Amino acid sequence: MPGTRFSNYPDWGVWGPFRGLERLRRAMGSVAAGSPGYSTAGVFPLTNVSEDQDNYYVRAELPGMTADQIDITATVDKVSISGERAISEEGEGVVYHRRERDSGTFSRMIGLPGSVDPDKVEASFGNGMLTIKLPKSEASKPKQITVN
Amino acid sequence: MDGKDIQVQDKKELESSGEMTREGAFFVPNVDIFEDENQLVLLADMPGVDKDGVDIHLEEGQLRIQGKVSGEVPGEYVISEYSVGDYTRTFTLSNVIDQEKIQASMKNGVLRVVLPKSDISKPRKIAVKSE
Repeated sequence: MPGTRFSNYPDWGVWGPFRGLERLRRAMGSVAAGSPGYSTAGVFPLTNVSEDQDNYYVRAELPGMTADQIDITATVDKVSISGERAISEEGEGVVYHRRERDSGTFSRMIGLPGSVDPDKVEASFGNGMLTIKLPKSEASKPKQITVN
Repeated sequence: MDGKDIQVQDKKELESSGEMTREGAFFVPNVDIFEDENQLVLLADMPGVDKDGVDIHLEEGQLRIQGKVSGEVPGEYVISEYSVGDYTRTFTLSNVIDQEKIQASMKNGVLRVVLPKSDISKPRKIAVKSE
């Protein structure tokens, strides 16, 4: 986004056509105004929720983790994902030039748009992608209504 | 581990200077780069990419890593907090690296590229002979 680069400058220092945009952006109270790349409303991990006729799917990107490092619990209308991402130590005498990958603990609860059957929830993890399949309970499934 | 909370980062979308041949969004993977005496190691987070989706291209001292995301997204979106797309990032290598011996492996969505230093750049002990 073009305005982001100027976020650390005082108001009078912002030149060009993006001056008004930058003022508006800051007026909206962005918490992370000084740190581009960090999400204001997000919690780790970012998830995508999708659905089809019979299931909800929750997907999250968790690179570098293994299946046993992730804890998933599900209730009728929520699923929670927690765990700890560890960056492995690389040994003595190592000099870092860049360090962009984060490590730490995370715990997140995701509300689902409808109810599911917690006993039938399946989760799979491959290539750093977590996919949770949550079969909808009968009440959540769309019903065909016939017109008489 | 001190148990600190991991911070979330938005996926960085590539504002590219050149055009990509494939359509769709491209993202810049987070990397760790470190070196020891013998080699440089690059670790790149590319979740959703398997071994066959990785393309590493070395030309004129530029190392480009690309990852193709595999797998369909099931169903229709309800909430979308991140976009799905391929990854790409380019680095300039100095001639410290022995380009013939670069190795790469992919595990759990993390690409590991090992770049051995060429012998000319390794510190070499010089024995002092007494006359």
